[in-house]
Amino acid sequence: MPAVEVSHIVKSFADKVVVDDLSFSVAQGEIFGLIGPNGAGKTTTIRMMMDIIKPDSGDVTILGEQLSESTKNKLGYLPEERGLYKKLRVLDSIIYLASLKGMDRRSAEEKANGLLNQTGMLPHKGKKIEELSRGMGQIIQFIVSVIHNPELVVLDEPFAGLDPVNVELLKGMLFDLKNQGKALILSTHQMNEIEELCDRILMINHGRSVLYGNLAEIKSRYRSNSVLLEFEGEMGEVPGVAEKRTHKGHVELVLDGNATPQQILERLVSQRVVINRFEIATPPLNEIFLRVVGTAHE
Amino acid sequence: MTLIVPLIVLLLIGVFHLVSGIATPTVEAMSIGYVDELGGFEQYTSQGNITLVRFDTQSGATEALVKGDIKEYFVIPPDYISAGAINRYTLEKQLAASPAITEAINNFLLGNLLAGKVPAATIARIEAPLNLVTTRLTETGEVAPEQGGYGNLIIPFVFGVLLALSIIFSSTYLLQGLADEKENRLIEILLSSVSARQLLTGKVLGMGAAGLVQVAVWVISAPLLLNLASSSIGGFISTIRLPANFVVLAIVYFILGYLLFAVISAAIGAISSSSREGQQLIGVFTLPALIPLWFTSLLMFFPGNPVWVFFTIFPLSSPVEVIMRLGVSVIPAWQLVVSIAVLVLSVIGILLLTIRVFRTYLLMYGKRPGIGEIIQGLRSG
Repeated sequence: MPAVEVSHIVKSFADKVVVDDLSFSVAQGEIFGLIGPNGAGKTTTIRMMMDIIKPDSGDVTILGEQLSESTKNKLGYLPEERGLYKKLRVLDSIIYLASLKGMDRRSAEEKANGLLNQTGMLPHKGKKIEELSRGMGQIIQFIVSVIHNPELVVLDEPFAGLDPVNVELLKGMLFDLKNQGKALILSTHQMNEIEELCDRILMINHGRSVLYGNLAEIKSRYRSNSVLLEFEGEMGEVPGVAEKRTHKGHVELVLDGNATPQQILERLVSQRVVINRFEIATPPLNEIFLRVVGTAHE
Repeated sequence: MTLIVPLIVLLLIGVFHLVSGIATPTVEAMSIGYVDELGGFEQYTSQGNITLVRFDTQSGATEALVKGDIKEYFVIPPDYISAGAINRYTLEKQLAASPAITEAINNFLLGNLLAGKVPAATIARIEAPLNLVTTRLTETGEVAPEQGGYGNLIIPFVFGVLLALSIIFSSTYLLQGLADEKENRLIEILLSSVSARQLLTGKVLGMGAAGLVQVAVWVISAPLLLNLASSSIGGFISTIRLPANFVVLAIVYFILGYLLFAVISAAIGAISSSSREGQQLIGVFTLPALIPLWFTSLLMFFPGNPVWVFFTIFPLSSPVEVIMRLGVSVIPAWQLVVSIAVLVLSVIGILLLTIRVFRTYLLMYGKRPGIGEIIQGLRSG
């Protein structure tokens, strides 16, 4: 059973269609990337999944159940624009918001202490939210979004404003959740994070799905017919290579269309070139993003 | 504010004792002079603490005044009977003669004018002919358990003022809270945890509970403080009474008033883009709650005017109006029933309407919907 199943959702505001017939599903134990340019309809899609707004038509099911007041306890949400009660203390904020997710006070406090300890925030638990730095506030919000052991966690730009140490910490916690079988949806503009973390992605533009599926598959679909090479020694003419582009530290060999990368590798080995790196060039997600969004703009 | 109000009353009682202990008003005996140019004004020269001293000439009186033997003097001119004018001379700059002196001169003149013509007892009666003792009877002709009078007025009026103030404070507070949650985007986390219906109902009930606690503290402390004040201070305060059924109605109208303004604040919080804008809008609604306070004196003197019936039933003004009217007159049962029904229906109606628009507009940051959009939202929400 998929953790989330979104089928044919449509949402329009004042005659403007913001999300247009969008369908996708996210499996349990999967990190799913939701990407798209600004104004593509990502936040609206997330809000419909979180039952903050209702779709005009279409369905969202969480573990096979229709969204309702009772399924909300299975959802965890880190919104893009974040805020907490400024005057409230850290521990009280977490316990209050956990209680809204149906946790009792004692287990919320126990779990909160555990998570605060894990994130190194335990010494700050008695501070008021307004005394925290932005990054610290974000860690607290992350704790709020996962404390109630949700089945689906949606994180909108979770790494924005975090220092590299905390980024790594957060990534570790995301992988832990994934290993516990939770479904995670990550919405971010940082394509390198998506590439590092996500198994599958959905790219939307103007409220419609433009790319959807396994990340590796998508990248191979967009790969250019070339290999990247780092080597030592002299390289002569290699049959099947149409063009040789020299980059900083490596060489890109553009294949002529008849040869496969495997054949090129064999030919290089037979030339007794010492190969330090041989890689089939796939464009970074960033480039795919620009290409797809650019096409859609035309 | 809940606890502060009874504490302030307690403090006032304390201050009264302190002040009255230090400055016990001393009743000062004084002499005033008079020159009788008409003749025949010789008796009744002792009026309470004031002694009237006769002078033969005005210059003699002036001399005594300057020397300080007398506080002031007056002249009864020969044409007093026909003209009625008395000339008064004093060293002090005053707005008018003090009531005690006026009364003393009045009674002195009256006594002398009537002396020998009517019995002394009659003269005393003429000086104070009216001491109105009112008794309210029930429809069966028995003495009613609840009597009227100014003593009834005080507590309801105080409660009316307090309710109006509390409504304004607490609506502003709720509005501010909602605006804060909206401005720092906490609302998204809240709405991903509870439904708009739960969130709104929770906020409104929270306000209702706050109203209940407040009125309970005040209603319970009022009779206790009143007892303390009337036994220790006495006078007018000992005539202050809590009107019958006041406690029950005060609780009902406090809670309903709080609930009504809570749902209105929530609705305004939902559609306004900032707390400042919300506060301007809420003013339109809290103003009618204050209307009964503006017309306090009219209500006191014309309690039967039909306009009060309107304010009793109009939901925005009814909580304060009913509480204040309880002190002035009896409110017919049908008016109370209609007024409570209208309040309850308004609370439920506004709550339902607000839930419909709430979700959409809570997430519309920085933009207030026009009336047309709201109506559209109500239809489609």
